[in-house]
Amino acid sequence: MEITLSILLVFMIVGAVYALFAKDLLSALISCGIVGYGLVICFLLLKAPDLAIVQIVVETITLVIMVAVILDSTRKDLKENIVIREKGIPFINARYVFNVLTVVVLTLFFLFFFNQAIDRLEPLGQHVTRMATGYIENAAEKTGSANLVTGIIFDFRGYDTLGEATILFTAVMGVLTILRLKGRKEQVNGE
Amino acid sequence: MSPIVKKVTQLVSGIIFLYGIYIILHGHLTPGGGFAGGAILAGSFILLVLAFGSDVLRLRTKEEGSSLTESLAILAFVLMATMAMLLGTKIFFSNFLPKGHIGELISAGVIPLYNIAVGIEVAAALFTIFLALVIYKEEITK
Repeated sequence: MEITLSILLVFMIVGAVYALFAKDLLSALISCGIVGYGLVICFLLLKAPDLAIVQIVVETITLVIMVAVILDSTRKDLKENIVIREKGIPFINARYVFNVLTVVVLTLFFLFFFNQAIDRLEPLGQHVTRMATGYIENAAEKTGSANLVTGIIFDFRGYDTLGEATILFTAVMGVLTILRLKGRKEQVNGE
Repeated sequence: MSPIVKKVTQLVSGIIFLYGIYIILHGHLTPGGGFAGGAILAGSFILLVLAFGSDVLRLRTKEEGSSLTESLAILAFVLMATMAMLLGTKIFFSNFLPKGHIGELISAGVIPLYNIAVGIEVAAALFTIFLALVIYKEEITK
């Protein structure tokens, strides 16, 4: 189980890193899709089908919209060669060594504390908090909903759901405000 | 788009729409719920617009309609949340309807109604964003 998850996570990291160095915007986008669909399989393996359904649908819609945007936009931007270093300066200089040393030291630092932190945790999937136990034992009787996830997010965590709906509403208002071309032109002409 | 894409879209989009409604209505019984079902509904609309295309005027009226639908759905959600306070329970997000038997389609009190409101809200929001992008592109290319 954990080995499968680790392989999937490494696969997703490879896809995300490839998206940074891809020559073409379309291939970068598709390698970003690897991350999303890998996450779907991770959710299914961790027994979270609600999240898996949401993730697969949202990922597909996002990918379709982004592909439609990219196919219509100009693709000349990435054809230029990115200048990595200036000419005349040797590749390994003091700054390079300093950067690499900083990264290595910080990585070791965080790995040490990560190891300390997960030492006391239960294995994956074993919940220890009091609230989770109460939810799992009593949610079905208290809310009357057979799907515990829906019962929790609409009854115990109603404020969270209201916040999510408000965020979506605000996003739509922002998109409509930014992309409304006609009103802005009329206002400019009218002044 | 080619005739093959149009025909397949005609055949498939209705089934996707029905599946989204199924996911929303059975949100309190099976995995899924308002968010997932609403995204599937929006996907069926987006598929139709992508396959058939449309002129800007019709898209603009559709955008007005979906924006209005989205606002009304979130208003209905907030009204349902405050309904229990009006009825005298004094608890926000209180489940004031009878709960029924666990596992039946009509059970769990207000939760299916919340699911329907959130589903309509998510579907209309995603569709509005997509339509705004399409209309923006058409106006830019003019």
